[in-house]
Amino acid sequence: MGKVIVITSGKGGVGKTTTTANLGTGLAAMGQKVCLVDTDIGLRNLDVVMGLENRIVYDLLHVVEGQCRLRQALIKDKQFGDRLVLLPAPQTREKDAVTPEQMKKLTDELREEYDFVLLDSPAGIEHGFKNAIAGADTAIVVTTPEIAAVRDADRIIGLLEAAELYDPHLIINRVRPNMVRRGDMMSISDIDDILAIDILGVVPDDQDIIVSTNKGEPIVTDPKSRAGQAYRNIVRRLLGEDVPLMNLQERTVMHWFKRLLSGEAH
Amino acid sequence: MLEFLSRLFGGFEGSKNRAKERLRLVLVHDRASLSPGLVEALKEELIQVITKYLDIDEEGLEVSFDKGDDSVALIANIPVKSVKRSIK
Repeated sequence: MGKVIVITSGKGGVGKTTTTANLGTGLAAMGQKVCLVDTDIGLRNLDVVMGLENRIVYDLLHVVEGQCRLRQALIKDKQFGDRLVLLPAPQTREKDAVTPEQMKKLTDELREEYDFVLLDSPAGIEHGFKNAIAGADTAIVVTTPEIAAVRDADRIIGLLEAAELYDPHLIINRVRPNMVRRGDMMSISDIDDILAIDILGVVPDDQDIIVSTNKGEPIVTDPKSRAGQAYRNIVRRLLGEDVPLMNLQERTVMHWFKRLLSGEAH
Repeated sequence: MLEFLSRLFGGFEGSKNRAKERLRLVLVHDRASLSPGLVEALKEELIQVITKYLDIDEEGLEVSFDKGDDSVALIANIPVKSVKRSIK
């Protein structure tokens, strides 16, 4: 029996879909059988981030309404084939075309076959969010070190608990070490103080993410990328390994100069 | 330029402290609501305690949160029917 994990955030644009794509690909690279489900009905996106948009025939709604078999709708990944599949969201239908009960039934069927079922949740706290969390055992909340994103993460954590999804995990995305160092961005410990939930990972802001999304190839398989390394660490934590949080503090010439002037000892 | 220099030579407080402070305040408000289940449980226990001392209208009991600028208060409106003379 596989695990069903929902990736959610409240606020849009913090990197839910990118996180889902990278964790799924990373888990497959570690030998796990993974199914990604895009639950953002009407605003399908996970397919393009995975580079699978040209292969879609059926979607989640076709499966739920019995117009095709589940297996027919699952799209195999370019690199990992059977071990990593995507169930795309319907693009043309209303948000309430699917019910939480149907989602629960679907995810229970998927967990029979796959080690990990990752659900990419839509932004917001409405119907789509309730659908996305209906079948999940655990939640991963994605935030960025910005006031609006952290506020929404706090709200989502409350809603998850109300839905009996206790102990969600946090991923802090798009951290800029330079800004944290000069006190212009909340640090990991600042966010930890406020949200007080388990931190599953910290991902540095990385321009290469945009490049990898342009190509439709998740960055987790790029051995040179810092963000890729951060995602690989999160994957290993999901598999139960104890991996320390990435040290984001790089020593820059400016930093060294400032310390020299302020007379700090090295 | 001055700001740049003061940053460079230390002693500058970054904007993150403003963010953190504002966030704390806004979360006090956001968090000041209980789920319906918890509100019911709170009401039940309030009734248990208060009825030891007062005879109250249990149906008319209302519990709510009053949100001020930088504080939150729990407001309970409890209609009293009569005062008891001793604790039972």
